[in-house]
Amino acid sequence: MALQSLDIARRSATTTPEPQVRQSYTGTVAKLIDTSKCIGCKACQVACMEWNDLRDDIGTNVGSYDNPPDLTDRSWTVMRFTEYENPKGDLEWLIRKDGCMHCADPGCLKACPSPGAIVQYANGIVDFHEENCIGCGYCVTGCPFDVPRISKRDKKAYKCTLCSDRVAVGLEPACIKACPTGALVFGTKEDMQQHAAERVADLKSRGFEQAGLYDPSGVGGTHVMYVLHHADRPQLYAGLAADPHISTFVRLWKGKTKPLALVVMGLTALAGFFHFVRVGPNEVDERDEAAARQALESAQPRRPPPGAGAAERRP
Amino acid sequence: MSDTEHRDTIVRYTPRVRTNHWLLALAFVLAALSGLALFHPALFWLSGLFGGGPWTRILHPFIGVVMALVFVFLAATVWDDNRLQAADWQWLRQWRDVVNNREERLPEVGRYNAGQKLLFFVIVLCLTGLVLSGIVIWRAYFSLYFSIGVIRLAALVHAVCAFVLVCSILVHIYAAIWVKGSVHAMVRGTVTSGWAWKHHRAWFRQIIHAAHPRTGPD
Repeated sequence: MALQSLDIARRSATTTPEPQVRQSYTGTVAKLIDTSKCIGCKACQVACMEWNDLRDDIGTNVGSYDNPPDLTDRSWTVMRFTEYENPKGDLEWLIRKDGCMHCADPGCLKACPSPGAIVQYANGIVDFHEENCIGCGYCVTGCPFDVPRISKRDKKAYKCTLCSDRVAVGLEPACIKACPTGALVFGTKEDMQQHAAERVADLKSRGFEQAGLYDPSGVGGTHVMYVLHHADRPQLYAGLAADPHISTFVRLWKGKTKPLALVVMGLTALAGFFHFVRVGPNEVDERDEAAARQALESAQPRRPPPGAGAAERRP
Repeated sequence: MSDTEHRDTIVRYTPRVRTNHWLLALAFVLAALSGLALFHPALFWLSGLFGGGPWTRILHPFIGVVMALVFVFLAATVWDDNRLQAADWQWLRQWRDVVNNREERLPEVGRYNAGQKLLFFVIVLCLTGLVLSGIVIWRAYFSLYFSIGVIRLAALVHAVCAFVLVCSILVHIYAAIWVKGSVHAMVRGTVTSGWAWKHHRAWFRQIIHAAHPRTGPD
């Protein structure tokens, strides 16, 4: 696991194949967030701050337990609290740990114009390398989950790294380590899917018939997954996308159209060159000058033939 | 051109228009190079010309704003001469004669030919699209005022307009190389009477009329 997390499977703005002889035969990693076990203590937020040396500004109370109210460049994970009244009239407190989903098909990486500013490791983690970030914000445009944030200080993009530095040396992410209820679990994606299946079965046996795993296929699956009591309605959980996918606009903007456009631009320039070679320049010859002189003379019949000096005429 | 001094020259572009044009050209080249750096990874090396990726990102929108402002002045000057007329459609229909240097078969052309007029309006459309979409995707100052859907659309519109504009300007640059005397006109301001006669005969007639109104040629 350690070495594979240093292997780069995909790199932003790179058109040649990445080194791929070494493969992740032991599987990729995943974080499983079990919303049914979360008590909203925010230990994960604190652990994230501590491990990553992040201290966000002290904010103000916005009338909910969400604190800070949104992800920021210095808050890479945020608990989102939703008070949901179910059809039976009971209150359900739905708490979702928000942050980067580490998509298998990352919209941020697809949109990024700077080589190597966004990478996807062989273990599935999507990481921003801020030293290569140019601050254009295209990752924000590409992300289906509204996760990356541009820092006001340095204009670089930041988000959850899934503690790629910890995972690289065989540790679990800081948030996992801090979770007191086991709502956060980390391991191979396969193991997490199996664990989730057990959790879903348990939830179903206790009346949550629509319980399920959130591992959206629209982005190729994610390396951060949720167990939801209401998997049929992910939007209940502070607007979690029901069917996330990279926007059609982003696909058109960043897909095959761009290399095609480059080729057309090149061909346009080439067409000019070969037109010159085949047809040649469009030149004025003596007959044109003579015809012009004649036209001038007939317009000014009493003056001597023009040509004595460069008579400038302003239009 | 040993007999240049014996030829009549006509002012085609005043110093103000020339300055305006070349400021626009300079801004376009800088905007295009910095924009292409972000357009496709194959051209990211162009960002080196601007001091690296972050500087390219910082400078590109300001260059774009300068280009748009400079164009507004140029457009105001040449707008009237670029109105498309019936003869222009005939000119365009005979594009084969145009590209094969058979100019004598074409209808007489005024100050600008139909191709130039078309380019003018393509620039108007593309620059409008680039400015509007560019504001939306200008992350440092304006993106926060727009929804993500609008930003995504703007990113696409920006790339499409830039592509059309770059292709059009490539044609424009080639046309200036192809039609001899054009570069001289835009650099020095003047053309020979023969040039005006050959390429813009209606304009040429207009000028000699204006210079010598029919005051009874007895």
